[in-house]
Amino acid sequence: MKEIRYRFEEENLLKSEPNALRAEDLKAEEMILNLGPQHPSTHGVLRLEVLLEGEIVREVVPHIGYLHRCFEKHAENLPYNQIIPFVDRCDYVTAMNNEHIYAMGVEQMLGIADQIPKRVEYIRVLVSELNRIASHLIAIGTYGMDIGSFTPFFWIMRDREHILRLLEWASGARLLYNYIWVGGLYYDLPIGFEERCREFVRYFKPKLSELEVVLIENKIFVDRTANVGVLPLDLAINCGVTGPMLRASGLRFDLRKVDGYSVYPELNFTVPVGEGKMGTVGDCWDRTWVRLEEIYQSLSLVEQCIERLLSDHKRTRDFDPQAVVPKKIRPARQDHYVRGEMPKGELGFFFRADGRSDVPFRCKCRSASFVNLSVLPEIARGVLVADLIAILGSIDIVLGEVDR
Amino acid sequence: MAEFSTLISKLRATWDDHLQPDEASGAVVVGAEHIRDVCAFLQSDPDCYFDMLSCLTGLDNGPEAGTMEVIYNLYSIPFHHHLMLRVIVPRDNPEVPSVSSVYRTANWHEREAFDLYGIRFTGHPDLRRILLPADWEGYPLRKDYRHQEYYRGVKVEY
Repeated sequence: MKEIRYRFEEENLLKSEPNALRAEDLKAEEMILNLGPQHPSTHGVLRLEVLLEGEIVREVVPHIGYLHRCFEKHAENLPYNQIIPFVDRCDYVTAMNNEHIYAMGVEQMLGIADQIPKRVEYIRVLVSELNRIASHLIAIGTYGMDIGSFTPFFWIMRDREHILRLLEWASGARLLYNYIWVGGLYYDLPIGFEERCREFVRYFKPKLSELEVVLIENKIFVDRTANVGVLPLDLAINCGVTGPMLRASGLRFDLRKVDGYSVYPELNFTVPVGEGKMGTVGDCWDRTWVRLEEIYQSLSLVEQCIERLLSDHKRTRDFDPQAVVPKKIRPARQDHYVRGEMPKGELGFFFRADGRSDVPFRCKCRSASFVNLSVLPEIARGVLVADLIAILGSIDIVLGEVDR
Repeated sequence: MAEFSTLISKLRATWDDHLQPDEASGAVVVGAEHIRDVCAFLQSDPDCYFDMLSCLTGLDNGPEAGTMEVIYNLYSIPFHHHLMLRVIVPRDNPEVPSVSSVYRTANWHEREAFDLYGIRFTGHPDLRRILLPADWEGYPLRKDYRHQEYYRGVKVEY
């Protein structure tokens, strides 16, 4: 018989994660409602402490950390190339984007960023954009499910499966790829990948318009999301919100355009911003609409990448995707902050290299979801409980990235 | 980095003694007690206009060096400028004024630095642990951290 180590005691709950609001301070008619950590609409293990007055939310206090896996502590004990699988697990639905930005940062520190072959860069952008589509599909589909529309969730899962199969074909894994390496790639694309990608784009475009008609422009969906959770632009910038949330608030700010990293300056795409078509600029509907428009842009980027990969940067017999991969990764002594656009916003890595070892002295991950979630208490004051769920869904958090 | 030197001279004019530009890393070392005012100036000055705090990092230099750092990565959206500010504090009493009244981004980031490094941010509206449980012992990202043996009767070592 194994000894039972943990004994449930109710007061333990108050010790490990005590409420920020105190019952003694409540006014008449007010109550504290605990939402989560196990709740379908919190997209993972997020706990919200909500102060309610009847049906109206007076205060929200998010409690995070239920999925904390000590990424930064692990990163201080691992060589740079071995951190990549951990970076995958930060935001587990957009692993390719995380890898791309991380690898870019280490390459910049090593000073080999300009030696990366163009074909490698195009493949990186291709797989990142495919993964961006997958992430936005999850965002839109689960958001639809949050506010009561069930069918589109199955549609997006069906279409996302095609992307996952493609990426599995390239890397061998469905979600956590470890495909983009510092200085190169694990493998070249498999033969026939480009044709299969084109087939997918052809298949997917009508499905996307279908999703737009059935979900985004649906009257029930518009009624639930338009004019709800309006995030003013100045508040968004002051809170450090980035990604589709910031663009929905009306600022044309996309790091792929602003910083122009990788081969994005050579590709044609536009940055959609929220226009308040159904309500106010920066409401929940705008955020979803911006994500949908970004899928169209990503599809166009995928098409352009395939075209280049079949013409200018063709697959050759002697092409080695690991040609520039350094044998020993030992950056010079420096502080370096790298950032890039992942589907949720700005993903940044702060590195301090001490110049003597292969492991970073400090590796901080500035994740987009963490910062985007911190704006929730600001925009959820004074809304209805049902709208709180709508606002939370529109932020598109992945708890793996919030807690790291 | 032509802008860097102009920025520095502008900053120098106001905070002469409390700034040490570190040209090699492109960072500016700011005295801990002035960081809030420097950030407020950088945010509101029309020539600087650093309206976004991209990242706030806590950092431990280890017991030998005896210092901890807080690193602020500022970004100006209209001018496309980057600036890295560094605050160095002693390891035995790490205390930095909070910038969360200037940049609200700092609110959670400072809580995270407090949680993992034990750096106290004075003037922070709500300085609680954010990622770890409230009754966790020690600050895990310090270089000399040893985790506790048991957490509520559950062995921490796996």
